[in-house]
Amino acid sequence: MSKEEKKVNRRDFLFTASYTVGAVGLGAIVWPLVHQMNPDKAQQALATTEVDISQIEPGKSITVLWRGKPVFLKRRTQEEINEARSVNLQDLPDPEKDEDRVKKGKDEWLVMLGVCTHLGCVPLKDKGDYKGWFCPCHGSHYDLSGRIRKGPAPTNMEIPKFEFVDSNTIKIG
Amino acid sequence: MSNEYTPKSKAGKWFNDRLPLLTLGSHLTDYPTPKNLNYWWTFGGILTFCLLTQIITGIVLAMHYVAHADLAFASVEHIMRNVNYGWLIRYIHSNGASMFFLAVYIHIFRSLFYGSYKSPREVIWIIGLLIYLLMMATAFMGYVLPWGQMSFWGATVITSLFSAIPLVGESITTWLWGAYSVDNPTLNRFFSLHYLFPFLIVGLVILHIWALHVPGNNNPIGIDIKKPSKDTVPFHPYITIKDAFALLLFLIIFSGFVFFSPNVLGHSDNYIPANPLVTPAHIVPEWYLLPFYAILRSVPDKLGGVILMFGSIFILFVLPWLDTSKVRSAVFRPMYRYFYWIFVVDVLLLGYMGAMPAEGIYLALARIGTIYYFLHFIVVLPVLGLLEKTDPIPMSISAPVLSSGADPALAKKDYDKI
Repeated sequence: MSKEEKKVNRRDFLFTASYTVGAVGLGAIVWPLVHQMNPDKAQQALATTEVDISQIEPGKSITVLWRGKPVFLKRRTQEEINEARSVNLQDLPDPEKDEDRVKKGKDEWLVMLGVCTHLGCVPLKDKGDYKGWFCPCHGSHYDLSGRIRKGPAPTNMEIPKFEFVDSNTIKIG
Repeated sequence: MSNEYTPKSKAGKWFNDRLPLLTLGSHLTDYPTPKNLNYWWTFGGILTFCLLTQIITGIVLAMHYVAHADLAFASVEHIMRNVNYGWLIRYIHSNGASMFFLAVYIHIFRSLFYGSYKSPREVIWIIGLLIYLLMMATAFMGYVLPWGQMSFWGATVITSLFSAIPLVGESITTWLWGAYSVDNPTLNRFFSLHYLFPFLIVGLVILHIWALHVPGNNNPIGIDIKKPSKDTVPFHPYITIKDAFALLLFLIIFSGFVFFSPNVLGHSDNYIPANPLVTPAHIVPEWYLLPFYAILRSVPDKLGGVILMFGSIFILFVLPWLDTSKVRSAVFRPMYRYFYWIFVVDVLLLGYMGAMPAEGIYLALARIGTIYYFLHFIVVLPVLGLLEKTDPIPMSISAPVLSSGADPALAKKDYDKI
């Protein structure tokens, strides 16, 4: 009996082949059932938004909706830019230069996802210990460059892909 | 579990030979139950009632509710204002969720006090915890359906918990949402799953009761008993009538909420339609999730907070092996009794801190509460089993009663063989 078991025979091959084909077939039918939950074509189609920024005064900001999420567009004053750039990078939990968070030559425009990187709430503007944003949910403080300074959020607020279509229009996405 | 049952009628016998449902019925009515079960043991029946209430009212609500981001909020108001008795059915359903959790917490803490999770009842305990997890998922998704501000932002915060997972977190969150934020696809699938999960719970409840009927009920003095014997009574009518009486008392409280303060356990922000641009100033989950929320917020690190929060539930799964004491009931464990009540206070404290803003003294107390929560399981319970000198345990339920007081001669000395 035990001698026979050790020998690889035709039946073992059939078992292995059947299991393999079965597993592939199962995977092929499970994947559509899993993938259907990912964003559909209609959701993906909403991927860009154009915003008119001609009416925004220096020091003011607006919030627009992009892919169901708020995006902050803030036109910063020179003072605010200076303050954002005077920070010692070593003091930041997620070190990033202010220059790297804006488009070159358009330093006054801060465009970022208005989503707290902790658990997704919308931070309040002009609040918190660093004059930037403050998330009311779990107390994360962001500075004038949208960088995390204090609280549970792990990273700076995200900068989406965007470009200046002309001097008055920004295209997000 | 006697197989001697035979139906009296000929038709009954014919049917029972083909599908022994009548044997099952006879097993359930005759099921020998410890005669000393107190009122803390009536919550199993109360929980069954709660589950059925939620399913029946839920099916009815689903006939009027519309699971669409643009229509959901209005359809709930339509139920409240236009549907005949819609207000009653919805208030029973929404308060029923709270009543369900109230009962399940009492049921769980009953187990903790009387050691019902210990050998040979570990599987009952674990199935119970799975039911509890499904209950939390179901309640959370149900809370999202009215599509108010708390629904929307509660959904955002809870689903974002998964984004803390390294590498795949963002993809998982997007997959859960079916969009790039909580949106119509999210609402739609939550409705589908909210309808499904209660039936999964029904399945687990059947397994929970099946697993219970193998060793039989634990009892307030936590000893093994002979079944059937002088120490047991048949389930029907003795336990059914006691459960029914307890259920009536429970229904008085339930009705009090439904008819006199149906919104006291909810949050007024949820009567504002969902707005993805504005987060309410103070986000809190429903009361029954507050202790875990306090643990989440007490950790100043995103991933760490999420791990501890899930850990606080998953540690319960290994509780039967963390508690090293062989004595089940806290009645005979003089030290565990104190630690039990400290633990109860700790969980209540965490619940209170979860409702308060996460700053200053609240945050400090939440951190102490969180540390103690884990200490209770990881240090107190394993060590206590080794150090504690337990009281003598009676030979049977009847023994101390019949001998008029504690007679050391009737007490077991050999704790290993309880």
